[in-house]
Amino acid sequence: MNTLSLWALPAIILIILTTALVKKVPVYEAFTEGAKDGFHTAVNIIPYLAAIIVAISMFRASGCIELIGQVLAPVLNRLNVPADVLPVIIVRPLSGSAALGLFSEVARSAPDSYAAKLAAVMIGSSETTFYVLTVYFGSVGISKLRYALPVGLLADFIGILAAILVCNYM
Amino acid sequence: MNYIFYFLIVFSIIAGALNGKLPDVVSSVLSGADLAVKVAFSLIGIMAFWLGMMNIAQKCGLVSLIAKVIQPVTKKLFSEIPENSPAAGDIAMSFAANAFGLTNAATPIGIKAMEELQKENTDKSSASNAMCMFLAMNTAGFQLIPAAVIAVLVGAGCKNPTEIIAPTLVVTTIAFFAAIFMAKLFQKFWTPQGGKQ
Repeated sequence: MNTLSLWALPAIILIILTTALVKKVPVYEAFTEGAKDGFHTAVNIIPYLAAIIVAISMFRASGCIELIGQVLAPVLNRLNVPADVLPVIIVRPLSGSAALGLFSEVARSAPDSYAAKLAAVMIGSSETTFYVLTVYFGSVGISKLRYALPVGLLADFIGILAAILVCNYM
Repeated sequence: MNYIFYFLIVFSIIAGALNGKLPDVVSSVLSGADLAVKVAFSLIGIMAFWLGMMNIAQKCGLVSLIAKVIQPVTKKLFSEIPENSPAAGDIAMSFAANAFGLTNAATPIGIKAMEELQKENTDKSSASNAMCMFLAMNTAGFQLIPAAVIAVLVGAGCKNPTEIIAPTLVVTTIAFFAAIFMAKLFQKFWTPQGGKQ
């Protein structure tokens, strides 16, 4: 499992460079020509990231997430979701590092528990939806996302339900 | 996005005031803005590297080769992309990078795919159907091995951390196909881009 992720990166680089050698593409020139856009693209994302990260930071600092947790607690109790997994679910689409932090708290308090397993499956099977949308659309200067956000959040929701079902039966 | 932005900020201020957490909310404005710049700047180096690599891959015909191989799939999912567009190859490579857990490579390659899709977009300020489909696949977060999660479990002293691989694979596959289905469904009912589809 570790060998797979370890070799994936060198393999991609080797395939690209070998093909270039066979096709006689000047690799150094081609690389630097492409890499030139790196700075420009990263800087282009800043306004979009500033808007979303500030809004999400404020939201997290305000205690709104705990409030949502209290409202949702009775529903999730019925679905057999432990109380300490709830914050992980709410934070997951908003901030990847915060979700991972909350998950490691759950794991550290009870590493072999159902709660740790459920939180692990939920995090491993999803993405930081808001961050991905912001970075990808921001990089090409698109601010009208149309249905991309509802689709992303609905898929997250289906993923959560699937995780609960699978963890109960697997 | 306008509503989300408005909702997040206004609710945070009101809830912060009611919870007595207003000082935290105020300081999070500065730390959030600071973090935005840090995140963007941390992308510069890796972005430059992968954009460079991808330029080589494109020049030697690797991207269009991959695009040709996966054409039957792209035709179904991204009906708007013209044949032999480099966008399809970029999408496939970014997807593969994501699946293998190479997040550092997946983001720059994915952004390159977005740039290719933007070239074919009829309204440059709003998301095309192809972009929404690509992002739906991306936000679903398909991954073969959840390396970060396993690392946390190992660190916490979990006895059998690899036990989560199978259920995670099942769930991520379900979420992935759900995302594709949703994107197709919404594409039919959402207001078309610029009044035409």
